Amino acid sequence: MIPELGHFALILGLLLALAQSVLPLVGAQRGDRTLMAVARPAAQGQFVFVALAFGCLAWSFLANDFSVMNVARNSYSRLPEVYRITATWGSHEGSMLLWVLILGFWSTAVAVFSRHLPEDMVARVLGIMGLISVGFLAFLLTTSNPFTRLVPAAPDGSDLNPLLQDWGMIMHPPMLYMGYVGFAVAFAFAIAALLSGKLDAAWARWSRPWTTVAWAFLTLGIVLGSWWAYRELGWGGWWFWDPTENASFMPWIAGTALIHSLAVTEKRGAFKAWTVLLALVAFSLSLLGTFLVRSGVLSSVHAFATDPARGAFILGFLAVVIGGSLVLYAWRAPKMITGGGFSWFSRESLLLANNVILVAALGAVLLGTLYPLFMDAMGLGKISVGPPYFNAVFVPLMAPALFLMGVGPLVRWKEGSLPDAWTRLKWALAVAVVAALLLPFTVDGFKPWASLGFFLAVWITLAVAVAFRDRLGHGAGGVGQRLRSVPRGFWGMQLAHFGVAVGIAGIAVVANFESERDVRMDVGSYAELAGYTFTFRGATERDGPNYRAARGTVEVTRNGAPVATLHPEKRLYNASGMAMTEAALHANLFRDLYVAMGEQLDEQGAWSIRLFHKPFINWLWLGGAFMVVGGLLAASDRRYRIALRRSELPRGLAAQGA
Amino acid sequence: MKSRHKKLAIIVLVVAGLGIAAALVLNAFQSNLVFFFSPSQVANGEAPTGRAFRIGGLVEAGSIQRQPDGLSVRFVVTDTARTIPVIYTGILPDLFKEGKGVVAEGRLGGDGVFTATQVLAKHDENYMPPEAAHAVEQAQKAQQTVVE
Repeated sequence: MIPELGHFALILGLLLALAQSVLPLVGAQRGDRTLMAVARPAAQGQFVFVALAFGCLAWSFLANDFSVMNVARNSYSRLPEVYRITATWGSHEGSMLLWVLILGFWSTAVAVFSRHLPEDMVARVLGIMGLISVGFLAFLLTTSNPFTRLVPAAPDGSDLNPLLQDWGMIMHPPMLYMGYVGFAVAFAFAIAALLSGKLDAAWARWSRPWTTVAWAFLTLGIVLGSWWAYRELGWGGWWFWDPTENASFMPWIAGTALIHSLAVTEKRGAFKAWTVLLALVAFSLSLLGTFLVRSGVLSSVHAFATDPARGAFILGFLAVVIGGSLVLYAWRAPKMITGGGFSWFSRESLLLANNVILVAALGAVLLGTLYPLFMDAMGLGKISVGPPYFNAVFVPLMAPALFLMGVGPLVRWKEGSLPDAWTRLKWALAVAVVAALLLPFTVDGFKPWASLGFFLAVWITLAVAVAFRDRLGHGAGGVGQRLRSVPRGFWGMQLAHFGVAVGIAGIAVVANFESERDVRMDVGSYAELAGYTFTFRGATERDGPNYRAARGTVEVTRNGAPVATLHPEKRLYNASGMAMTEAALHANLFRDLYVAMGEQLDEQGAWSIRLFHKPFINWLWLGGAFMVVGGLLAASDRRYRIALRRSELPRGLAAQGA
Repeated sequence: MKSRHKKLAIIVLVVAGLGIAAALVLNAFQSNLVFFFSPSQVANGEAPTGRAFRIGGLVEAGSIQRQPDGLSVRFVVTDTARTIPVIYTGILPDLFKEGKGVVAEGRLGGDGVFTATQVLAKHDENYMPPEAAHAVEQAQKAQQTVVE
């Protein structure tokens, strides 16, 4: 009964989404206020019904209703409760439902926080988001119904993929989708602007906080995914340039370019057409990412679903959304008037450089990700493009952008001064160069790529410090008072930039100085790695809730002093029969020790064991966390709220006049 | 007039930058493409000897032999028509099993043994790597045409 209720709620959700899209869009075109007013309640109602459907699916998982195919395939009676709930979005159908649920959430958020926007703008934005909902709900109902019954019901489920039974996987998809779908708001704002022809600084100010929040969530989703892969795949890698990862990275690059370009449009009224194009691209790439990961077209680490009908639907949907929005863009964009000019050395020109480089990097990732698919689809042979390509391209492309990141925030809008920037930054430059030459020796000898990383990390950090010094150098009151008067937008930007510096430092060290050993270990034997001694004390049997495990004991010492006792596991899941390596980690700020079990080699209890020493790996996640907090902080800047009140003013005045 | 010159300079710089980027990208792309060959193609001598490539198929039943050092493994990859012996040193992925699909990246030695630097097995018991499925399918098609 409950699954049918969910199915029914989903159908009602679709009907409301239709109302949310068609009526307000027509109303906005005709200037009909009654039709426009449908947008808000329809969006909220749609969200309620999709949430109800999601709740029904979650309930079916929690209640072990194995007469629902989705539950039977992705859950198990002895799966711990928390994973039974998260299994709701572990499958293709469930994750698509989560996608629509989050879209409903964003739509409702727009409906609630847009009281100050002109009626026709709200109607158009919610109408566009409604159209996207219609597409996804139709997709769910026609090709991927999560509530399909299984007759006869299965006696028990075949278990959730063991890789997904992890804390990182619980949080990764919702956060990633919050980012993907958040770009739908920026997309809807862009389309609304194209439709109405009103593309001004106010438009940029409205869409900026939404875009920044979406970007922050996407960053969080990617960082969580990377952290999950690092701990859970047992290979100690944190980024594989796998197509599924690239699928989330491409919208991130476009989104990063977009938040910078939006800054120019808001402050200076320039780059309008370009900003709109980036908003279209960012969301298109989010859709493409969903398509790549969820249609099974990739031969990749986590391509779970395989069904061509779904692929055809999403491909058609992609064609309509991307094609339609680009046609609209080509038709309307030339009419936009570009804002003020700027000199060759100014905040605008540096942000332009940032955008050019990011888009070039995006193109490189897109080529490496799609070309093999294209070749395969055309029957021209199977090829793969591995990490060497991406590393060879991405590092040299991003290095200049990261260098300019130090300069940009210190240069004035419109007309900057190169000598002035030089005066303010020469010491930072000198210190960064010295640090680049010396720091590698403090770790483990000179390596050019590590030096480049150190240079950029120190350079950006010092540039952030200089920016704060300049900001606090003048103005009234004590330092504390001046710090409080610094707007959150500034804090957010600097914190996010600092996060990039921390992340680069982490990457520079871990990529150049990590060490790894695959060893055969008899009980009582030891192996050395990076100054640590790992002693194997054998493996014992252990029963988990839904698996059996061989649990190893590895004692780690350094110069005779105990450091940690680690318990890596090799698990065999009862229902699926899948084997899983559960690595054990000992972490601190400066290094991870990482132990993973291979397989048992003989009757005496010898195992093959993989040991890693990962210096500075945690700086990566830390840097990501700073970027996320920075993004959220910037989006909460008072300016956006003041802007609300100011835009309400004319309407109030008009009312008085009447 | 002056501002037009500046604009032109900016455009020239951007185009030059993009040109360099494109050259960099295409060069790296060219030298890092990894091609895929099925065991039949390798047996026909279609695979390069000096360059890394990928092979895929099924791990032949009964072919896994652990070497005395404890970490090297020899196994045979088959597309059901032809086979290719593979040697790999290191820890194999969890889902590497006899009779299951596998993809390996490495180089072909003069002795016809494929030395793998990376072994990929997919993270789902019932999921066949597309390359492996493709290799088996091609081999079976070829055999059918011979029988007919």
